[in-house]
Amino acid sequence: MTTGSLRVQRISLRRRAVNGLVTYAALAASIIIIVPLLAIFGYLLMKGIGSINWAFLTQTPKPVGEPGGGMGNAIVGSAIILGLSSLVGIPLGIGAGIYLAEFGRNKFGNLVRFTSDVLNGVPSIVVGIAVYGLVVITQKHFSAFAGGVALGIMMIPTIARSTEEMLLMVPRTIREAAWGLGVPQWRTTLSITLKTASAGVITGTMLAFARAAGETAPLLFTAFGNQFWNWNLNQPTAALPLQVFVYAISPFDEWHRQAWAGALVLIILIVVAVTAVRIVTSRGMYRGAA
Amino acid sequence: MGVGINVRDLKAWFGVSEALHGINMTMGANCVTAIIGPSGCGKSTYVRCLNRMHETIPGATVKGQVTVGDVDIYEGSAVDVRRRIGMVFQKPNPFPTMSIYDNVAAGLKLNGVRNRAKTDEIVERSLRQSALWDEVKDLLKKKSGASLSGGQQQRLCIARALAVEPEVLLMDEPASALDPISTGKIEELIDELKKDYTIVIVTHNMQQAARVAGFTGFFLMGNLIEFDKTEKIFTNPSDKRTEDYITGRFG
Repeated sequence: MTTGSLRVQRISLRRRAVNGLVTYAALAASIIIIVPLLAIFGYLLMKGIGSINWAFLTQTPKPVGEPGGGMGNAIVGSAIILGLSSLVGIPLGIGAGIYLAEFGRNKFGNLVRFTSDVLNGVPSIVVGIAVYGLVVITQKHFSAFAGGVALGIMMIPTIARSTEEMLLMVPRTIREAAWGLGVPQWRTTLSITLKTASAGVITGTMLAFARAAGETAPLLFTAFGNQFWNWNLNQPTAALPLQVFVYAISPFDEWHRQAWAGALVLIILIVVAVTAVRIVTSRGMYRGAA
Repeated sequence: MGVGINVRDLKAWFGVSEALHGINMTMGANCVTAIIGPSGCGKSTYVRCLNRMHETIPGATVKGQVTVGDVDIYEGSAVDVRRRIGMVFQKPNPFPTMSIYDNVAAGLKLNGVRNRAKTDEIVERSLRQSALWDEVKDLLKKKSGASLSGGQQQRLCIARALAVEPEVLLMDEPASALDPISTGKIEELIDELKKDYTIVIVTHNMQQAARVAGFTGFFLMGNLIEFDKTEKIFTNPSDKRTEDYITGRFG
């Protein structure tokens, strides 16, 4: 008995050491991945907070040399373009994801999966050029609409693939429960499977949204940007990342400060939008133990 | 009221492998029929053919005739069939994002019933029938169906199946994942329900069949070996293989 327990203790010492080592290594890794995000946010806060004021949020840019002015038009422009891109990207992405998960166990499904993964890897500027060719050239002018289409296309593969993954995680037994009640397939998919997977689907959608919100390259020759208020979807429209880009590469100190502020506003607005969607969509939902 | 089920020459396949080799069986109305047999004998496949659930599996096919009441269930739509023939599964499978109330009302709501008062009434009646009402009546809309215990979840699933007022209730090993107390409750419930429903229950547990069923069918390797009054099967079976199985020689 005594020797037995001694043996156990000796082994457990070594195991404890390894266990501790691995646990701390994992902890260190997680801290390291938080650092860049915090560093970026901290640096932005430091550089940008000083230039954020009511005027910055509500006014249009002033000519060089004239103090003040802001990015109000770019904030509104970003909202318009992102709204359009969500109209394009979310229904198509979720629709494709549903198809892939529920009916896509065939050659066509594999083709869609492959295409969507390739599209996900296409550099964003290439998407911009494609939309320039398809929409801007055809319409003969830059527009918020073209920007929305470009960002929408960028959102589709992320949303489609994450929706598929999330739907496949819903166990077959849940679908069978609905079928067993005489619920038709389409109704089961929308009201049971998609609802059960909704937390994950929303996360995937918000990731795609946040990524699109920060894209500059596809907007360069689609939305193009401008310096004034614009509510017309068919006109060139400003967007925060575009404005930040233009201001950051300018030679003027005042514009540099505004670029920092614009970047900070962009991050804050993305966080606010994503959080708001989460709060709204989680209302009335029950998170079960299963 | 329950209706009788008549099965003629039922064959079922998974891809090319035949799981049921031609089953003939008549199950009486308002009667509990137990299906017993060792793992892999086709008993689950059999009941899943009775509400056309088998064919939802990719590559699975069925041949033969199943008549429930006067209706051949393989003519017409599977959705209508499943509305008339309820099913309770082996593992409790409440809808995880729904409250207790919504779980029971799911079959009604998803099939377009909008009347609040009527839904309230049916939810209460179904939960009373499944002997869960007293335990959950104050939590109906506060708690998720998935937050209940395993035994309660299974009774919730039974209530959900009863809410759409089926004529037949199929139960695929409904108590195999449950503790003895919950199992006892489910068995009492089955006895209670046979007044209104025709019940077919698959079970791994021979004692359970003996306790709840009026008739018992013994399946082996995709064939129905013997089908008779439960008492006869367990005390004086006519087939040697049935006797070997119930006396524990195999399985």
